[in-house]
Amino acid sequence: MSVFIAKRVLTLLATLIGASIVIFLVMEILPGDPALVILGVDASDEAVRALTIELGLDRPPLERYWDWMTGILTGELGNSYAYKVPVWELVEGALLITIPLALMSITLSIVLALSIGLYAAANHNKAGDITLMGISQLGISVPNFWLAILLIILFAIELRWLPAGGFPGWKEGFWVCLKALLLPSLALATVVGAILARITRSSVLEVFREDYVRTARAKGLSQQATLWRHVLRNALIPVLTVTGIQFSALLTGTVVVENVFHIPGLGSLVLKAINNRDTIVVENVVLLLATMIIVVNFVVDILYAVIDPRLKAHDI
Amino acid sequence: MTAFLLICAAISLFWTPGSAYDITITNRFLPPSADHWLGTDQFGRDIASMLMTGTQNSIVVAVVAVSIGLFIGVSLGLLAAAKRGWTEEIIMRFSDFSFAFPAILSAIMLTAILGPGGVNSILAIGLYNIPVFARLTRGSANSIWAREFVMAARASGKGRFRITFEHILPNVLSLIIVQATILFAIAILAEAALSYLGLGTQPPEPSWGRMLNEAQTLMFLDPMQAIYPGLAIAIAVFGLNLLGDGLRDVLDPRLSRKR
Repeated sequence: MSVFIAKRVLTLLATLIGASIVIFLVMEILPGDPALVILGVDASDEAVRALTIELGLDRPPLERYWDWMTGILTGELGNSYAYKVPVWELVEGALLITIPLALMSITLSIVLALSIGLYAAANHNKAGDITLMGISQLGISVPNFWLAILLIILFAIELRWLPAGGFPGWKEGFWVCLKALLLPSLALATVVGAILARITRSSVLEVFREDYVRTARAKGLSQQATLWRHVLRNALIPVLTVTGIQFSALLTGTVVVENVFHIPGLGSLVLKAINNRDTIVVENVVLLLATMIIVVNFVVDILYAVIDPRLKAHDI
Repeated sequence: MTAFLLICAAISLFWTPGSAYDITITNRFLPPSADHWLGTDQFGRDIASMLMTGTQNSIVVAVVAVSIGLFIGVSLGLLAAAKRGWTEEIIMRFSDFSFAFPAILSAIMLTAILGPGGVNSILAIGLYNIPVFARLTRGSANSIWAREFVMAARASGKGRFRITFEHILPNVLSLIIVQATILFAIAILAEAALSYLGLGTQPPEPSWGRMLNEAQTLMFLDPMQAIYPGLAIAIAVFGLNLLGDGLRDVLDPRLSRKR
């Protein structure tokens, strides 16, 4: 087990470094002159030169990359070009909204997926199964930001149950904030939940056909007990993989949906930064999002081994 | 459904019920009528025409983006399976970490340095598709390399290059086509999301995503405007997903039996 984890951690570190190099190359080397990007093409040569020196862009790339990396480890990310405040301050505030939103959405989608998937599998090829799978096929096809708009029209404009957007800030109390995040996370969870529900259903059905399930039933275990003791554990493996893959979809979905609801999370931050040509903020937020995706996939890999000890034995 | 969309796009090349670009302020927020099938928007533009022209835009972006991913990804996948060793290792590690950059993230980076535009969104979506195709192709190509008929081909003295094109590619093609349909649907969704954020197709070119963005500010006035473009996207994606499922059943009967 420890060899397995050590190998995975090494891959994790290599991937993270690779990702940071790609971001660094794209954001700082490709455009040729970030100072020109910030000031626009009409800027005078002197202004560009002055800014280049101010931002420390005249130093060799390797040195700048090293500074960026050590900066990340010490929490010194530099100042935002547009707001003149530390990047970390902006990112921290946004994270406190995006992470709860992402967690809420993923929880909601797993609850949705397991209940729909298990129900559909238990009623295989009956009316309930067919209806639910039809609905989930629709759920996959709907763009999450459109769903978000529809939810606003229904719950905020027509019924007036929930706020149409904005975020009051955690100081205003837990429940108010939860209410503000409910519609966005519902919009995100429907799409991801629909995908996961289909995976859950087909994987439960597949496991039901296995010999060991027949053995369990033959030795007199009830359908319920078989489901909980044998089927679920095995059926969850593919569900877990897809959850890991879908996490990246969920996170980028957050970027879009936050903008629908005008919630000041990472998505709104990065979009504003693009419009302000605040490349240092874009760079760091992109790295942060990429890191989150990589780390979640790493955790999924480790969870695999916990759920399915067969994988450990192979030590892949 | 996919055929319906293609027809819509084709017709819109020659004819639309009204003009998708003409701004006639006096015709603002008209209800649906014989002249304006779905009514008009805040600038008096005909919504049905905008939707039809938007179809063109979505299809072009998706076709180009999927083609980029298809050609580069499939070639890399075939190469990895044919060469094995460190070539395979490099290609696979590369595709490993490209998963950390979904289309929207790469589009964010590209727009930050190049400014917004349709080409960036095509590039970003295309780049994201490369590792998807590469992995799929490599995986199935590897399993075919292990089959007897490939052994026979090798024994008869054919080179790796020739085997790849004569035996491997035809056998992985059906899987690739199915994957392409699914990615086509995803590309349409991604394009819509990007132009919704203002990172993709720029005005005055009509696009479903941007129509939604504009409609959102008018949600209280005219909610129907926010319904149509989304419905168009959903129909397109739904149709493509069904097409993908259908193709899989036709091209690969083994998979459909397992389901």
